[in-house]
Amino acid sequence: MDGLRSGDRDAFETFVRLFAPRATRIARRILQNEADAADAVQDAFISAMSAIRHFRADCQLTTWFHRVATNAALMKLRSKTRKDIRSIDELLPGFFADGHRIGPKPAWALSPDQILERSERCQIVHKKISELPEDSRNVVLLRDIQQVSTAETARQLGVSESVVKTRLHRARQALRSMFEEEFEVA
Amino acid sequence: MPELSCQDLIRFLDDYVDMTQSDKVRVAFDGHLKNCPNCVAYLKTYRDTISLARGACAEDAAAPPPDDIPEELIQIILKSRPSD
Repeated sequence: MDGLRSGDRDAFETFVRLFAPRATRIARRILQNEADAADAVQDAFISAMSAIRHFRADCQLTTWFHRVATNAALMKLRSKTRKDIRSIDELLPGFFADGHRIGPKPAWALSPDQILERSERCQIVHKKISELPEDSRNVVLLRDIQQVSTAETARQLGVSESVVKTRLHRARQALRSMFEEEFEVA
Repeated sequence: MPELSCQDLIRFLDDYVDMTQSDKVRVAFDGHLKNCPNCVAYLKTYRDTISLARGACAEDAAAPPPDDIPEELIQIILKSRPSD
């Protein structure tokens, strides 16, 4: 880690050769295109090197790099689809004065496994995650995807645990609304 | 404990899903869910959202990382090292 932080060439090469296969697996899965995946892997290492100074020694390097690589692939996907970041506030549920939810809809007809078994639907899930604001996406990547604890997520992102909890709940609700736009019963 | 509204339930749904509530609060949530199909549907789609994100993006630990990384790509990355 010290070598990486100080810009040591050999440490960087070791890091690249060790983590490029994992970054490639992530990027291929999300982008399903070899050229785009290669671009995303390059972007992941550029992001990693510019952020390495802020990496905390008490955090897992593999967890940290998985988030960086997944973010790079999702950003590449979003740039290809020319979608903008969605506003979380606009995706949160609304309520009447008596506390009932406005416009409730039934549960989705397909289970998560059924949705993900088709690659085009899996791509929709990736695209929707890519449209979350970065703060929200990072929390989802760590807490829900990598299943890292709230305390570890807070350490990695440099925020309090209560901020992690609030961001996660808002992000899940926003993502739920985006998925509902795609997967609700017609 | 006073009766919960749908808004109360959804505001603290993360605690319910992540099982970080007290037993007393959990009982109140369960009581509301028994009588509110709209919140049952919301809870199911909230959980499905977590499953979808995890299923689509989690690393497949069982599959070995690819061993066909082009050396050309490795060299491009090495040349892009910020201090160069």
